[in-house]
Parts: sequence; C-alpha cells; structure tokens
Amino acid sequence: MQDIPLTVPPVPPPDQADPPGAHQRKGAVEGSATWSLSDRVGLAICWTLGLLFCAIAVAIVVYLMIQGIKFLRPEMLWTPAAAGFSETETGGFSDAFFGTMIVAVIGITIALPIGIAIAVWLVEYGRPATLARITESTIEAIAGIPSIVLALFGTVIFSSTALGFLSRTSEGVVFGRSFFAAGAMLSLVALPLIVASVREGLNSIPRHVREASYAVGKTKAATTRRILLPTCRPQVATGAMLGLGRIIGDTAIIVVLLGATQNFAPVEGVGFPFNYLRGAGTTLTNFVYEASPTGNLNQPQKAYAAAFVLLLMVLALNAAVDVVHRRARKVGTWSH
Amino acid sequence: MDEEVTTYGPKWSDQRVERMLGALVCGVVALLLALIVTVFVHAWPSFSHNGLAWFGGSGDVEEQLNAISLSAQTSGEYVYTFHAWPLIWSTLLITGGAVLIALFSALFVAVFIVEFAPEWMSNILQPVIRFLASVPSVIYGLLGVLVLVPFIGNHLVTEGQKASVAGVISLTGYSLLAAVLVLTLMIAPLMVSIFSDGLRAVKPGWLEGSLALGVNRWRTTWKIGVRSARPSIVAGTVLAVARAIGEAVMLAMISGSVAFAPNPADGLIFIYEPSRPLGPTIVKNIDQLSSPPFNATLFSIAAFLLFSAAMFSLAGWLSRRSMRKYLMP
Repeated sequence: MQDIPLTVPPVPPPDQADPPGAHQRKGAVEGSATWSLSDRVGLAICWTLGLLFCAIAVAIVVYLMIQGIKFLRPEMLWTPAAAGFSETETGGFSDAFFGTMIVAVIGITIALPIGIAIAVWLVEYGRPATLARITESTIEAIAGIPSIVLALFGTVIFSSTALGFLSRTSEGVVFGRSFFAAGAMLSLVALPLIVASVREGLNSIPRHVREASYAVGKTKAATTRRILLPTCRPQVATGAMLGLGRIIGDTAIIVVLLGATQNFAPVEGVGFPFNYLRGAGTTLTNFVYEASPTGNLNQPQKAYAAAFVLLLMVLALNAAVDVVHRRARKVGTWSH
Repeated sequence: MDEEVTTYGPKWSDQRVERMLGALVCGVVALLLALIVTVFVHAWPSFSHNGLAWFGGSGDVEEQLNAISLSAQTSGEYVYTFHAWPLIWSTLLITGGAVLIALFSALFVAVFIVEFAPEWMSNILQPVIRFLASVPSVIYGLLGVLVLVPFIGNHLVTEGQKASVAGVISLTGYSLLAAVLVLTLMIAPLMVSIFSDGLRAVKPGWLEGSLALGVNRWRTTWKIGVRSARPSIVAGTVLAVARAIGEAVMLAMISGSVAFAPNPADGLIFIYEPSRPLGPTIVKNIDQLSSPPFNATLFSIAAFLLFSAAMFSLAGWLSRRSMRKYLMP
C-alpha cells in the first residue's frame, strides 16, 4: 500500500472523463497508513485469505500434476480396465475416458437447445407474466436440487417400461441405467447455467437493435434467429462450456444412473452406437471415486492419473471460457 | 428478402414460435413438479411408518438399514423403521461449519477483490476463484482422502485421543474436520463470485458520499458496500447451502461413513470423529435401490434433502424481499 495518506485524484481532461455511472476505482487512492489498527488487521486478513486461496489452487494443480506425470501412462487412455491384483495388471481407464465424452455430448445436446429456447422465451416473449415468474423460479429450483436427488428421480423415470428402449431390458424388467439416462439427467444440471448465460446475453442487446429489425419487416422469430442469437454467441458458448464443466464433474448421477461397472456393457442385439448408449458404463469421475481408497477398486495411482486427466479437461474448459470472454470484449459492446 | 418471408412466414410465424417455446417452458415446469411429486410419493411409506420418529435418534442407524434390507430379502413383512437423527446431525454439523467458515472468508476475499486488491492481485484471484469453483467434487474428495485425511490421522489426532474413544469409534482421520475443510473449499469460491458481483453493483454515489464525509475506505466498504450488497450475500449463501447439503460423493469419500453422531459436549475431540451425512448415505447404499423398503428409505432421505433445500431458498427469498430497497433499479 502507498504511504501517501490521502491524494487528490487528478481531474481527468473532459474528453477522457468516465461516462456517468461508471465505477471509478482506479488511480491514486487513500492508503492504509492512516487507518486505525482494527481496520489494518482486517486488510491483513483480506490479504492472507486471498493469498491462501491462490496457494491452495496452485497446490492442487501442482500436486495433481506431479502425481499425474508420475502415474499417467498414455496407453491408459486406450486400454480398458481389467480385473487384476496389482495396479500393473488392471489396465487403464479408456472406457471411463470415452464415457465422459459420451455423457458430455449427450448432456449438452439436450441441454443447449432447451436452455436457449427457455432463455429466448423468458427475454423475448415472457407472457403471461405469471408463467414467466414460475419459469424463473423453476430454473432457480433446478439449480438448487442436489444432484443425488436428480439421480434418484432418474432411476424412477428411466425404469418405467415406456422408456425401456433407452436402457437394457430383460424379461420385462427395465434396468434403467444407461448413457441415455445419465446424459438426460445431467442435462438438467447444465440447464440453469445455460439459461442464465444466454439470458444475460439477450438482455445486454439494446432495444433499438430489435426495433430496427422489426422496422424492416422481420418477424420476432426471424429477429431472434438471425440477429439476437448470433449476437449473443459468446454467451451461448460460455453457458455451454460452464454446463459442460458441471456435466463432466458430476459424480452422483453417474454412480446412480450409469451402473457400477468399470467397462462398457453394450446391449446385445442392438446396432452400433445404440448398443453402447443403451448400456451401462463409467466416466472419469466415477472411476476416480471407485479407485480412491474408499471405493471398490482402491488403486490410488490410477485414481491420481484419472483425476489429472479430469483436471486437464476442466482447465481446458476454463481457458476456453476466458478466450471467448476476451474475444467478445475485443469486439466491443453495443453503444447505447 | 423474399426468401426470408417464405422461410419465416407461415411455418415460423410469431404466434406459432411463441406457442412452441411456451409449451417447452411448461414442459420443464411440469418436469420439476413431477420430480417433487415422485420423490415424495416414493418416500411416503418410510415417512408414514415412522411418523415423526423418522427425525428421531433412537437406535443404531446401521442396524436399522440392515434390518430394512434383510426384510426385503426374506420376503416377510417389510421393515421401515429408520431414525435418521445421527445422519441429520452430521449434515448439520458439516454444512453449518463449512458455511460459517466459507461465509467469513468469502466475504473478506470478495471485498478484497473488488475494493482493496491491487490490479495484478485481483487479476490473479479472479481466475483462481473460478478455477476452484470448477474443480469436480470427486477431485476434492480424492485429495481429501489421500492428503488431508492421513495428515489429520497421523499428525493432528494424538494417541491419547485415539485411546480415549477406542471402545466407541476409531479415529483414523476420516473426520468432521476433514469434511468441513474440504466442503468449505468447495463452496467458498461460489460465494466469492456472487458476493463480488453484488459488491461491484453497489451505486458508486453511495460509496463516494461516505468517502466525502472523511470515512476511510475500509469502513466505507463494510458499512456502505457490504450492507448494500446484502441481497447478493443472502443469495450466494443460499446457493452455497444448497450445494453443501446436497454434496454426496465428496463427503462419502472423506466423512468416514459411520452413522455416528459426534457430540460437541465431549470436548474438542468431536471434530476428529467420523460421521455420515444424508447425501453419502444414499450413495453408499445405492445398490439396495431395488428392494422396496430400502427404496422408500433412500427416497425419504432425498425428500428431506429436497425439502430443506427448498426451505433455505424460501428463507433467502423472504429475507431478500425485506432488502428490496438495496436492489439497484
């Protein structure tokens, strides 16, 4: 902090003045030297906690990286898990790796169109107002439902005979656990994030853009399709990636709805790819859970390796969100 | 232009699109209703057999669960007796502890990011917070099991403490402490990002008014900034509580998975004692889902989780209503 007790911020020349309402925080500010002791202790707590969070994040990444490099072999990504007595005999976790991909694709394919549609309805239509309020609360509620409850609900709907074609059926009993089931429930986890992000994007488009489009004779639907959605493409991408992050990170739904196997269990007598999609399987999160010392496999080395792969995916998604944000900022925002 | 008219004319008319989107929205609302109804209908046998004793604490939960699963296999009368208090108490302790610590630290960190951190520092902190919020819970669980739990078991718990409770429970490091610490780390970033959004939205005029009166920046931030950001602080806390009570997999890994109710009256040793919250109970017993009485029991736990999450949202909504005057126009 600076020692200057109180400096008067220089008056900016008129052409550089901030627009009214912009938050002026930069520039010379009062330092903490004049504060009373308790205030300075508070500031010290701020610094300590801030640095602590940074240290924890660095520790997590570095520790997992060390363990990952130590235990991860590239062939683990294409060797399926096998039964064995020691960690050298049990193969890799290719099924878990591809399982994560499958679940992510299914989940986002369901969640993205529905999420965009709900956001468009909320911002552009939103009538009757009661239904709009109910919908907002519904989305909020879905965000607040524990994923384990979603998973249990999933076991009920996907075990019904009407949805038997989405999972394994034997002698009239529907197994109810499949990639379809898990992906469909995971889409609910991603949905609120997508809706929130797309809504934010649509709300940031000023009215005159819509009015200009209506004025040249476009319908509301065409305006949405041709002007509004392309404009908030960055927010759609952000929402999709945040949703993806939640989907690949979720474990409870996978444990309950994907079956407790470590390999793909394709359904016989069904064509590719539906035999796999209707069968049970595993994902990286489930593999880490099972391979941890409290799980059934207890292979900490493989757990570290799989966790490292998972962490890399999450980091890549985070970086992608950053890139999209930065690019969107470079393009600029609407001038009002 | 003609092409546009034909494409979007009759087939994609506004009324039609509005009706289609409206139907979809109604479908999602209906899905939520179906979820609530399904969970409570499936939970009903357990609640109706136990009555209010469901929330009570008599007997050993593990034995009750065993009896429930056995009754389905022996095809006799289904047993539903289940007294969930040790699980509820564990949930309360872990969630409460984690939310308190997280609230405190998230508030300081959010204030730091928005007001006091130099630019380079907040440029580092923001991605760090976003990263911590996006780490999957199972990774936190793995690190908890392989790093934090052995550390607590080997270095923090003394041999004397282990011996003093040897007949009751074994202290191995799977403990309340580990669960609270890791859960704090999971929910604090969530709070920080919502709190700092709220702090950024405080009207600059209000802060400047206070600064102009000669109040220093620290007090201005806390008396004006944090107070006017209270709606978002409530919102963030509610979201974090919902995340915490629903957390199942991470806690299943490190809470110790023993249906034991640590008693704070025993002294500080209770933070080293294992327990098992409600969520992990579902995860650990999920293979029993096909037996009808066990199914009802698991759904009753889920219904309880759903109900408490809803109650917290309601409380948050009510307290935000009384703070409407702080909301930005």
